[in-house]
Amino acid sequence: MIRFDHVSKHYPGHRGALSDITVEIADGEFVYLIGPSGAGKTTMLRLIMRDIVPTSGTLLVDEWKIASIPANQIHHLRRRVRTVYQDFKLLADRTVYENVAVGLEVLGKAEGEIAKDVMKILSLVNLEDKYRQFPLQLSAGEQQRVSIARAIVGGPKILLADEPTGNLDPDTAGEILDILEEVNSIGTTVIMATHNAGIVNERKKRTLTLDDGTIHSDEVKGRYHVSKKKT
Amino acid sequence: MAAILAMFLTFLLTGFFFLTTVTSAVILQYFEGKPQITVFFRDKATKEDATSLTSTLQATGKTASVRYVTKEEALVTYRTLFQSDPLLLEMVTSDILPASLEVSATGPEYLDDLAQTIATYDEKSDIIEEVVYQKDVVDALISWSNAIKIVGGVLAGLLAVDALLIVMTVIGMKIALRRDEIEILKLVGASSWYIRLPFLWEGALYGIWGATSAWVVLMGLIVWFRPVLLSFLEAIPVFVIVLSNPTSTTFLAAGAGLFGILVITGFLLGIIGSAVSVGRYLKF
Repeated sequence: MIRFDHVSKHYPGHRGALSDITVEIADGEFVYLIGPSGAGKTTMLRLIMRDIVPTSGTLLVDEWKIASIPANQIHHLRRRVRTVYQDFKLLADRTVYENVAVGLEVLGKAEGEIAKDVMKILSLVNLEDKYRQFPLQLSAGEQQRVSIARAIVGGPKILLADEPTGNLDPDTAGEILDILEEVNSIGTTVIMATHNAGIVNERKKRTLTLDDGTIHSDEVKGRYHVSKKKT
Repeated sequence: MAAILAMFLTFLLTGFFFLTTVTSAVILQYFEGKPQITVFFRDKATKEDATSLTSTLQATGKTASVRYVTKEEALVTYRTLFQSDPLLLEMVTSDILPASLEVSATGPEYLDDLAQTIATYDEKSDIIEEVVYQKDVVDALISWSNAIKIVGGVLAGLLAVDALLIVMTVIGMKIALRRDEIEILKLVGASSWYIRLPFLWEGALYGIWGATSAWVVLMGLIVWFRPVLLSFLEAIPVFVIVLSNPTSTTFLAAGAGLFGILVITGFLLGIIGSAVSVGRYLKF
């Protein structure tokens, strides 16, 4: 469960990125974060993964109060809350297998267990036959699938996806969404920030529309629409 | 490579000065354990003269021991010292060696008083050929030993700082080169030690490699120059025991001891250098 309770975030020298946000996301939900650039979508994701801390208010992620997690304990949260990015963040000098294995190596798993789990996850994202290839030998969609595989290996409870389809064509974006929905179907909470109106309108999931740091709407089966607050 | 080379040079020099310091300390100890004053008698001096001088010296209460060495005993000592040189042995008989009195003081501060007593005694009897003061030798050794310690310490210290800075720079560069990987590791939940440890270990390895290669070179030099060292230090038993056989347990144990000291220091130096860098560039 994720609960924002009157959370605000201000960056020094800038106006507020988030202002007095109160929202709750239950376990196993699939939520889209939409809104124009600078609306605060990425800030919300960065707060959940404790990349930054709220300026005010309380943010709870399961049993963790985000602002109170000491720096040397953040890794415990990050093992439960994994992230996928628009630019994939893969290691170019490592194979697909090695990139995914990183997600298990940090958990201290044995080599045999890592091999088994990595191949299982690669099969989930349809990349089991490309495990020896390097990221540059893959298409953008395949690279994003590796990135998702690395994020979900080890069974995180929450998967954050920041514009995961931003660099992909509509068909490939659809494939990525299929994978994310499959991950969600096994109980993982998925929160995805996106500008992709087609996906939001087609998949009809809970949609939080952010605008200028505030939640403009929270719809159960939302649609992508332009904010009416701005004229 | 630069870090290992810097460590190698540091430990080569440190090892060299360490060995020199230990050697000079052993030599010093050897000479300090020897009689501090040796009185060589003229041939006309009798055993009774020696006994009389002994009584005079003991009466001062400042002597720890006084031992009379006869001409025959001097010859035995001479033969032991030069047993490897038959020519020198052939030429010498007990007649040409002087009898002597070996005097040790209860403290170095009494040496001058004892020397004065001996001189006064000689003025009256004229039985003394020469008086050798070990103090002069010891003093010269102490000043040499101190000079070696200071020069070696300063040089080793400067090189250690240099090696430390190089390790810090190399590890800093490695951290910068691997910043993408570090970012990803943080994202997937790597603990701070999981990320830091490889860098710390790398710094430690530089130290261990540098120290090990310096040790190999030093041991090679010792084995290579062993005959020279033996001829120079043959009067001191401990060196004869250690250096006489490079495959002996004693020599190997001394080598292992030096290896341990260098490697532990190298490990610490490397790990300190990398720890400073890690603390500086990996703040989380």
